[in-house]
Amino acid sequence: MNYLEHIGKYFIMLKQVFKKPQKWSVFKDMLFREVEDLGLKSLGIIAFVSFFVGGVVAIQTALNVDSPFIPKYLIGFATKRGIILEFAPTFMSIILAGKVGSYISSSIGTMRVTEQIDALDVMGINSLNYLVLPKIIAALFFYPLMVLLSMFLGIVGGYMAGVLTGLFFSDDYIYGIQLDFNSYLIKYAVIKTLVFAFVIATIPSYHGYYVKGGSLEVGRASTQAVVWTSVVIILLNYFLTQMLLG
Amino acid sequence: MIEVIDLYKEFDKTPVLKGISTTFEKGKTSMIIGQSGSGKTVFLKCLLGLHKHEKGTIIFDGRNYADLDDKQHRQLRQEMGMVFQGGALYDSLTVEENVMFPLKMFTNKSFKEMLERVNTVLKRVNLKNVNTKFPAQLSGGMQKRVAIARAIVMNPKYLFCDEPNSGLDPNTATLIDNLIQEITKEYQMITIINSHDMNSVMEIGEKIVFLKNGVKAWEGTNKEIFKTENEAIVDFVYSSNLFKKVREVYLNETK
Repeated sequence: MNYLEHIGKYFIMLKQVFKKPQKWSVFKDMLFREVEDLGLKSLGIIAFVSFFVGGVVAIQTALNVDSPFIPKYLIGFATKRGIILEFAPTFMSIILAGKVGSYISSSIGTMRVTEQIDALDVMGINSLNYLVLPKIIAALFFYPLMVLLSMFLGIVGGYMAGVLTGLFFSDDYIYGIQLDFNSYLIKYAVIKTLVFAFVIATIPSYHGYYVKGGSLEVGRASTQAVVWTSVVIILLNYFLTQMLLG
Repeated sequence: MIEVIDLYKEFDKTPVLKGISTTFEKGKTSMIIGQSGSGKTVFLKCLLGLHKHEKGTIIFDGRNYADLDDKQHRQLRQEMGMVFQGGALYDSLTVEENVMFPLKMFTNKSFKEMLERVNTVLKRVNLKNVNTKFPAQLSGGMQKRVAIARAIVMNPKYLFCDEPNSGLDPNTATLIDNLIQEITKEYQMITIINSHDMNSVMEIGEKIVFLKNGVKAWEGTNKEIFKTENEAIVDFVYSSNLFKKVREVYLNETK
């Protein structure tokens, strides 16, 4: 199947997904379950990576601006900008594409090959709406919050790393992160995250839902889902940056 | 009654079902038999609406499937129960949640009423103390019984089973067969079973449809299958020495 067919099939899938849920109480249960599976269960890895990468960014910046003519507060400023603009929204989304994307694809794919999706269809349930819509809503609701947390922890990680290693002073770093604060950059990061959250929820769902065969094919679909989700995030990141900041 | 008229289905221009016509009656256990690749599963999936057929008509109690709108399709599907080959139970749900699922989705009953119904059908399929267990914690036979319980929880008019006793030991397979037959009589359903298992066919096959290469090669009852001279079905059913002997004995006794 060529790429155009896949893209067409993906949008046809979305048309089925965005229909009114058949039973709101069941949808609500599914939504809470997805918030836990896709969001809460990823908090640990996001917090861990954000904190340490924030530290690394601050240390790298400090080591690379080791000149008496460059003020030390620029370390805090550069760390903040790097984390808010790129690290938190884009790289956290890439990490989530790996963790959550493979989970979504393999769970839906397993449901497909074990006929659980057929069982839903036989009952007269719109299986795409039932399975995918709660994932999209959960991701759209939760990932911006996770990215805000990632920003905070990244900046705190930078502070801790600098202060503990003695590479810069606490006051300089705090002055740097407060310098030239532009709230639009936060909005920009949140807008990007919303788009990426949609991609993370839908592309792996597509790969899982249309898988054919057995466990081997589910594994392949899972790998493909992660690869394509990452590729689409990187491409969209380029276009969104151009559109929102260019 | 389900009437199937001249059903035709192809995949990538390869015909799989070539003009099948038959009927299935209320309160009877009908069986679709045939070799692997003969089109049994495709036939069943066409009846369920999981595959769209190219030609032909399927009529459920006077309702032509092709003439129904989306709402009527959904309504019809709620009248169907399906037992899949592997059970197709939802892994992330407990037995109770699995069986309760159609009730939650399609009724406005209170939790207490739903639980009562779930316990009634679980009792009917002889399952006790499994409500909080997950499918992975059950044996194959128990999973099949949970699948049957889920299929009948909405009091369906039509019950479809795809190889319901595959992978089960002979005792459990017989229990499942008997259970399906009893339920069919009790609920006055139209039950259609896809099977390879000749024991099941002989035991509960009140109507048998034999498919060969996508064509209906024979149809009759489990009594008639002993007497038939149709070569295709004789070759299929009596391919094992045991069944050859059984047939010889039966024919000698009835001479």
